[in-house]
Amino acid sequence: MADTSEGKKPKQEAAPRFLVSSSPHLHDGQSVGGIMRLVIYALLPAALFSIYVFGLSAVRVIVLSVASSVVFEMLSQRVMKRTVRIGDWSAVLTGLLLALNLPSTSPWWLVVVGSFFAIVIAKQIYGGLGYNPFNPALVGRVVLLISFPVQMTARWIAPSKWGMEAVTTATPLGRIRESLMSQGSVDLHLTQQEWIDLLIGNRAGCLGEVSIVLLLAGGIFLIAKRVISWHTPVAFIGAVWIFTGIFHLIDPMKYADPSFHVITGGLFIGAFYMATDYVTSPITGRGMLIFGVGCGLITVVIRLFGAYPEGVSFAILLMNAATPLIDRFSRPAVFGARKRKAAAGG
Amino acid sequence: MGRRRFYGGVHPEYNKDHTRELGIEEMPLPEKLVVYFTQNLGAPPRPVVEKGDEVKKGQVIAEPGGFVSAPVHAPTSGKIKSIDLYPHPVGTDMPAAVIIPDGADEWVEGCNAERDITDLDGDKIKNLIQGGGLVGMGGASFPTHVKLSPPGDKKIDLLILNGAECEPYLTADHRLMLEKPEEILEGASLFARVLGVQKVIVAIERNKPDAIEVMRKKCIEHGGFSVAALDVVYPQGAEKQLIFALTKRRVPAGGLPMDVSVLVQNVGTAFAAYEAVRYARPLVKRVVTVTGRGIVHPKNVLARVGTSFEDLVGFCGGMKDETGKVINGGPMMGVAQYSLDASVTKGTSGVVFLVRDEIPQFISDACIRCGRCLDACPMRLNPSVLSVFIERMHFDEAEEYNVLDCIECGCCAYVCPSRRPLVHHFRRAKAEIRKRPKKTG
Repeated sequence: MADTSEGKKPKQEAAPRFLVSSSPHLHDGQSVGGIMRLVIYALLPAALFSIYVFGLSAVRVIVLSVASSVVFEMLSQRVMKRTVRIGDWSAVLTGLLLALNLPSTSPWWLVVVGSFFAIVIAKQIYGGLGYNPFNPALVGRVVLLISFPVQMTARWIAPSKWGMEAVTTATPLGRIRESLMSQGSVDLHLTQQEWIDLLIGNRAGCLGEVSIVLLLAGGIFLIAKRVISWHTPVAFIGAVWIFTGIFHLIDPMKYADPSFHVITGGLFIGAFYMATDYVTSPITGRGMLIFGVGCGLITVVIRLFGAYPEGVSFAILLMNAATPLIDRFSRPAVFGARKRKAAAGG
Repeated sequence: MGRRRFYGGVHPEYNKDHTRELGIEEMPLPEKLVVYFTQNLGAPPRPVVEKGDEVKKGQVIAEPGGFVSAPVHAPTSGKIKSIDLYPHPVGTDMPAAVIIPDGADEWVEGCNAERDITDLDGDKIKNLIQGGGLVGMGGASFPTHVKLSPPGDKKIDLLILNGAECEPYLTADHRLMLEKPEEILEGASLFARVLGVQKVIVAIERNKPDAIEVMRKKCIEHGGFSVAALDVVYPQGAEKQLIFALTKRRVPAGGLPMDVSVLVQNVGTAFAAYEAVRYARPLVKRVVTVTGRGIVHPKNVLARVGTSFEDLVGFCGGMKDETGKVINGGPMMGVAQYSLDASVTKGTSGVVFLVRDEIPQFISDACIRCGRCLDACPMRLNPSVLSVFIERMHFDEAEEYNVLDCIECGCCAYVCPSRRPLVHHFRRAKAEIRKRPKKTG
């Protein structure tokens, strides 16, 4: 029997130094910043369109929101002694999304308060990117919606070239709600031109929510780039269409056409860009379908029976809270799994 | 032809062009060989030589330590200079015999003798394979004779010869299929005879059209043999994924290919079986792809077991200064080396030299739950939530979420935008779960 214990390790003389780490030793090169930038690119057409229809005031809101979000992110990471990660572009994206969810008439302090709640309260206090349970931009928007309803919902500007005319008006959803309150029925007889205006975004509303066509184009770009999957937006928009359709069939005088519901309010920006937020939505396709249908259902309930004309933001935030539960019940079955025992998963 | 693939997977840069056109070159005898006693999964073999012993080529220097174990043979004739601990390419230091070749390269009696194999029965073949020290040469190093001994209640109806070679950079199997197709198929028919299997499929990824063509031609002469061209997607060569791609049979979680009546053997192993059975040559040489931007002249080297990486580098024109990582095996599943003192084992399919600017750093930012890892995982696990559990040391939850089914292919970490060292986490969890006392009931 050989003796293997005696003897020393072979001497290493000026051995070259190699990096040692666990496999794999390759990476596809994608980064968090890269993904965030793709989402920003997808939003740019809608953002530029908002400048075209709302003018300089839109530029002001976007610049202010992005800048203050980045500053708040940097400051809170400094104060909380975390690595400053402005380079991951997530604060820029949050700032942009918040801006696109505000009216062009927002005073400067409204934007700053919104981005403070989005970045500091909704994101950094929970631990930063990856740990926030609620969509930061939507937390910012909803805080403003509840605290400053006048600034958030009462002053809408009708679109005009470069925002030159600045005539106040109401949003389409606000208008049908008013007509329902005053006349007891929705007064919705849209001409073909009016439908087209709604689609291209020639209507009052938050900066980024108005142009359905451009939001859809950006969304398709993100799906093609595999940044988001189709499940959430299709389930969300589909659910809104079906549920409002059911009510429309029951009483067309009280409930507006489902197609009108789908292309108004913040549904498209919500379904493609907010409900698909990685951190706060389910991770499996099946989970995303459940999440999307839940968002659609809550949106319809709020729009038709709630106090607000618009319900997308609240719906997404409520479903954010359900995300861990949905994830738990939509686990993918491991390859080759036998039927799972009844006890498992509890 | 339909889609021949599986769920998930990734498309890394294959980088096989360094060596795909280069014929296998036999490396001259180095000045010393460092032969580890442990070269198989399972029980470590027992050394039967001592310092100062003279050995002949093919002589057993370590005997099997049990049924799931394989003997180790001297790769040349010479003198055992020492028995010492050496860095094993898969990790820790392991005992190894240092053999100084005498240059005669003289076989021990009984080896290197041609044998008529037409009338050999299955048991005899299996014994010769066992005696030849064969292990799976795709990298896992599981003793071949054990795979060829399914329990009586498991009937095998299909043998898959794995020539997928889905790991980037590696071309050892590719070259072997081009240069030794007949021997590989003869080896496969030996396996088939042991198992009583009529149907053999040679599985090759479509990025090796020349190998597919050569093997197709050769298969015509073998009844029941066919070639299947597979989609190029990593990890196509992983056993369970390969079986699913070819047969749509799902190996049960925690089970083995034999549970769906299939056996998978690497093409290199089939070649080694032919050598062991036909010519009584035990496994002392293998093809090693020495490649990567860090090596001056990448080659497909026929190297003796025990050849140090240092000597491989010397044979391939040296190593460039920018080399930052040396990997035993392919870059997706291989093991990073801290020195060139490690030596070729029966499982060394390649040694890849990466230069510094192409080495990703896994820095482990927070998971943003993008779900890319779920799309990539061929086992349909949830690497995202698993890694979060393991960071918090919640190993029970990790087990409940099937971490033990992870095949460590590396797809999840490859696509992770937060560069989380996911496979590292899963290895840790598996080790923690396995060392825990078994729960009763």
